[in-house]
Amino acid sequence: MNLHEYQAKAVLRDYGLATPRGVAIQAAAESAAAAETLGGHAWMIKAQIHAGGRGKAGGVKLCRSAAELATAAHALLGHRLTTYQNAPDGQPVLTLLVEETLPIARELYLSITVDRAAERIGLVASAAGGMEIEEVARTEPEKILHETVDPVTGLMDYQGRNLAFGLGLAGEQVAAFVKLAKTCYRIFIEKDLALLEINPLVVTEDGRILPLDCKMGLDDNALYRQKALAELADLSQIDPKEAEAHSHNVNYIALNGNIGCMVNGAGLAMATMDLIKLSGGMPANFLDVGGGATAQSVAQAFQIILADPNVKSVLINIFGGIVRCDLIAEGIIQAVREVGVQVPVVVRLEGTNADRGRELLAHSGLAIIAANDLNEAARLAVESAA
Amino acid sequence: MSILIDKNTKVICQGFTGKQGSFHSEQAIAYGTKMVGGVTPGKGGQTHLGLPVFNTVQEAVRETGADASMIYVPAAFAADGILEAADAGIRVIACITEGIPVRDMINVKAAIRANGANLIGPNCPGLITPGECKIGIMPGFIHQPGTVGIVSRSGTLTYEAVWQTTQSGLGQSTCVGIGGDPIKGLDFIDCLAMFQADPGTSAIILVGEIGGSAEEAAAEYIQGHVSKPVAAYIAGLTAPSGKRMGHAGAIIAGGSGKAEDKIAALEKAGVVVAKSPAGMGAAIAEAIARR
Repeated sequence: MNLHEYQAKAVLRDYGLATPRGVAIQAAAESAAAAETLGGHAWMIKAQIHAGGRGKAGGVKLCRSAAELATAAHALLGHRLTTYQNAPDGQPVLTLLVEETLPIARELYLSITVDRAAERIGLVASAAGGMEIEEVARTEPEKILHETVDPVTGLMDYQGRNLAFGLGLAGEQVAAFVKLAKTCYRIFIEKDLALLEINPLVVTEDGRILPLDCKMGLDDNALYRQKALAELADLSQIDPKEAEAHSHNVNYIALNGNIGCMVNGAGLAMATMDLIKLSGGMPANFLDVGGGATAQSVAQAFQIILADPNVKSVLINIFGGIVRCDLIAEGIIQAVREVGVQVPVVVRLEGTNADRGRELLAHSGLAIIAANDLNEAARLAVESAA
Repeated sequence: MSILIDKNTKVICQGFTGKQGSFHSEQAIAYGTKMVGGVTPGKGGQTHLGLPVFNTVQEAVRETGADASMIYVPAAFAADGILEAADAGIRVIACITEGIPVRDMINVKAAIRANGANLIGPNCPGLITPGECKIGIMPGFIHQPGTVGIVSRSGTLTYEAVWQTTQSGLGQSTCVGIGGDPIKGLDFIDCLAMFQADPGTSAIILVGEIGGSAEEAAAEYIQGHVSKPVAAYIAGLTAPSGKRMGHAGAIIAGGSGKAEDKIAALEKAGVVVAKSPAGMGAAIAEAIARR
C-alpha cells in the first residue's frame, strides 16, 4: 500500500523532520487560500498520484501568481495523469500539494528498502538526486552508496557519516544528514514500511537539507498493526478490478491480453500465463484464487475476469492439493450457470479427486472444454480466443 | 535416503488445536509421519488427535524428544512461534503461515542465524520425504519415493514438478518448498548443498520465479559445487515490472529479478531449463541423459 507525497511528508513532520511548507487542496478554489497561507510570490503545485515521473508528465508546475496557480489547479484536478510508470489511462488526480519554492543548491538521493541479499534493511544514497536511481545505478554505479543495518543495533551514527561524507556534505550538514537518516530508519521500522524514498533530497542555498519529494510504501502484511496509516489507503489509485478482487481476498492483476486466467497458487498462476504466451496467446490477467480455493471464491473470480471486456476465453488451471477438484468443478458449474458466461471456458484439473471433477464437468451439459494436461489446456484456450 | 527429515523424525505441530493445525496434523498422521504431539498455549495437558498437547515447545521437546515442528499459527504470532521452536532446540522448523511482516522476518533471521536451526519458509507448502515423513500442506498421494530432489519457491508449482516426476517413475528423495517471501529460512543454495551430499538423491529440480537474485546465486553455486544433474523452471516470463505477483517476493524491481536473466544464468551453469511448466519432467530426464 502506497502513501501520497503529502501524507508521507506529514509522517516525516510527525517525527520532527523539516519538510518544505505545503498545503494539500482538493478543489481549485482552495488554491488562493493555500498561496496566502504559504506566502511568497511563487509556488510549486504537485499532482498527488501513486506513480513517479509526474514532473515529465506535466503533473508538477511552478506558478508565479495566484491566477497561474488557480489555472494549474483547475487543469490538473479531476483529470487523469499518465506517466511512464503507470497504466496507459493513468491515475485520477484528486488532491494537489501546493508548496513553497526553495533556492536549491544540490539535489541528492536517499532511500530505505529491504536488501534481500543481505536479509536486512538497507539504505541507498547518491549525489545524483532528481534522477531515476536505476538509471544512475546503470550509468554511474560509483555514485551509489550503500549501508545495511544490523537489526540489533539499528542504524549507527558512523553509517550515517559514511553516507554524508560520501555525498560530499560538510560541516553542520553532516550531523543534519545523520539525524535525517536515523529518523527515516526509525520511521521505516516503526511504520512497517517497504519503501521510503526521498528523491530529490535537496540542499538549499542557505544550507538546509530538505526532502523535496517523498514516497512511502507500507508492507501489506503489516497493515493489521498500522491501522492509522492503513486508513490513508487511496483506492482511486488502483485499478477498480484489482480493488474489487482485493476485497474478496483474490490476487488479481489486470494485463493487456484476451485470455482470462484462474489458477490456484501464485507460482502456478505465473507459470500458466507464461504457457499461454508460449502457445501464442496473451493473458488478460494474473489471478490467484489461493491454495485453499472454494466454490465461492471460484464464482467471485469468474465475475472479476468477465468484467474485463477484452476477455475472449477463460483458462482455469487448478492443481488440487488441499482443495478437492470435485468441489472446484461444482464451483465452476455453479458460476457458469449464475454468471452466464458467453466465452469459451477451458478447464484443466489435476490432483485430489481430479477424475470426479472432470466427470462432473463432462456431465454438466455446459459448454466447458476439458483439457487433459497443461499444454493442451493452453493450446485450447489460445485457439478458442482467436 | 533423504535430506532434513525421514521416518525417524519426531514431529510436533505449533497451533495444533486450531483448524489448520488440526487438519494438516491429521493428514500428516495418515501419511505415516511420526507425529508426537503439539503445542497450544493454555491447552497443555489435553489430548488432541490422540496426541498430547503442551503449553510450550520447550515442554513438548522435553517430553517427546521432538526434533521437527510445523507451524500453523496466525501471521501476527508466527515470528514468536519460530523463535520458540529454535530456542527449544528444534532442528527442522517448517513455517507454513503466510503474510508475516518483513520486519518480523528480518529479526527472526538475525536471531536464528546464531542458533543453527533449519527454518523452512515462511509462506511455504513445507517439506516431504515421500513414504516417510510429510510436514506441510502438500497432497501426499502425488508423491512417490525415488531419487529426484526438488527445491521450489512456489507451492502448487512444486506439485507440478512432483506429479511429473511421479508419472515418469523417477520419484522424489525429498521435496522442499522454501517459500515465496523475500526474507526466508533455507534458500536454494542450502538445499542444493544438502541434495549434493545426499546419496539418495541422484538429480535435482529447482523451481524458481521472478524477483530477487536467488536463482542467479544458485546458478553460480551449481557451477562450482553441484555435480549431479540439475533441471529448472522459472515462472514469470510474462510478468509486468513493478507488480507484486501474489508472492511478496515475486516482483521485478528496476529491471532486476527478470526471468530471462535467471534462465540465462542457469543455462550457463549447465542446468537444463524447461521453457514450459509442463516440461519439468522432460527437463530432468534430459539432464540425467546428458551425464
